[in-house]
Amino acid sequence: MKSLKAIGHQFAESSTQIKSLHQEVVDVLKLPTFQEKLANASLFPLKTKQIDTLQINVGKMCNQVCKHCHVDAGPDRKEIMTQETMQACLEALKRSDIAIVDLTGGAPEMNPHFRWFVEEIAKLGKHIIVRCNLTIIVANPKYNDLPEFFKQHQVEVVSSLPFYNADKTDRQRGQGVFADSIKALKLLNAVGYGIEEDLKLNLVYNPNGAFMPAPQDSLQKQYKRALLNEFGIVFNDLFAITNVPVSRYLDYLITSKNYDGYMEKLINAFNPVAAEGVMCRSMISVGWDGFLYDCDFNQMLDLTVNTAVKHISDFDNEILSQRNIVIGEHCYACTAGAGSSCGGNTI
Amino acid sequence: MENYYNPEDLKKFGKIGEFQKELADKFFDYYGAVFAEGALTAREKSLIALAVAHAVQCPYCIDAYTTDTLEKGCSETEMMEAVHVSAAIRGGASLVHGVQMMNKAKELSM
Repeated sequence: MKSLKAIGHQFAESSTQIKSLHQEVVDVLKLPTFQEKLANASLFPLKTKQIDTLQINVGKMCNQVCKHCHVDAGPDRKEIMTQETMQACLEALKRSDIAIVDLTGGAPEMNPHFRWFVEEIAKLGKHIIVRCNLTIIVANPKYNDLPEFFKQHQVEVVSSLPFYNADKTDRQRGQGVFADSIKALKLLNAVGYGIEEDLKLNLVYNPNGAFMPAPQDSLQKQYKRALLNEFGIVFNDLFAITNVPVSRYLDYLITSKNYDGYMEKLINAFNPVAAEGVMCRSMISVGWDGFLYDCDFNQMLDLTVNTAVKHISDFDNEILSQRNIVIGEHCYACTAGAGSSCGGNTI
Repeated sequence: MENYYNPEDLKKFGKIGEFQKELADKFFDYYGAVFAEGALTAREKSLIALAVAHAVQCPYCIDAYTTDTLEKGCSETEMMEAVHVSAAIRGGASLVHGVQMMNKAKELSM
């Protein structure tokens, strides 16, 4: 499977996605825009709180091509963060009191400067999260020691596993992904991940279709029981994430004729309490080329932050902490039900 | 009206109170209480509802509880096993009446 960009799909253009989402909400469903919903809940403009996380997307290259990927990542994506841009991120971190650095991709480990970057961030005393797709650990012998490397720097590993069986997982993430993910989880467990207090291994559930995620607590119990009983695998927490209608997932919704039903469901499930806790209020997202966004989804829609500061090389914590967040109809995914963020439910 | 069943009508279920509010309110309060976490989990109740939906052959209920069981994190295997429970009970209900047939046949026969 190729990326949308490689096949010249209309949704490779972010403006086409934004236009489609707005038309769907306003013209087709005739429902309130996200801005109107926020205004009704006295939350517009959506303002930042204190920034505690710098999420850095170090590139779109990935060894997997997942059907729902909002990044449109894959082996054919060559956008990779340079060491120079990574250095600018380090300078920004030195100048701020941001405590958490969240590394994502693509498969972030495929960036040739990944290990150097982790080591430099660790020297600054920041808590590091790596969004590891698991299969990269067993994809090539040069990645087999990643669990040891993560352990050395006390990296928190957050990994997608959309279900605790092969059928559902492979339908979303590709043939053989579940089996390789299980192998990788066993390697992580073997060095103490999910077992030792300071080696956190968290899994991510996202629905493999056009429906909302299960309640996080209930699902976590199911995952823990199934993975322990069938594979002897342990982990810390499960994050339930709602699929955001962006890029490949947006294309899936349209081609499967689930667009109307899914968007209507998200909008009707708008929860003002979840809206108050959205992740964009406490983070900054950095793109592979150093530009700044409110979140990884805005990044994929090319919606840069609404401040004079646009690039990591000009990072200014004070200005960015007082910004109005850029919103769109895709934001309905983060405010539905119990809320959704890179760390799971927000309420 | 072209069809007796219209998927869009499921969304209007909550509006049955337009014709009789008091009883509708009581029903929906009861419905909510039934499906809340209790001695059975909400997930278990959803699977039971899916099975019953097939037993009563309600297309609205089948749509609603297929979605709900997926949203409760059930696998397709679990969902189909629930449907088989429904089928087994329905089939068994027919077959167990075979005893009545046998009783009557024996009563009438030499």
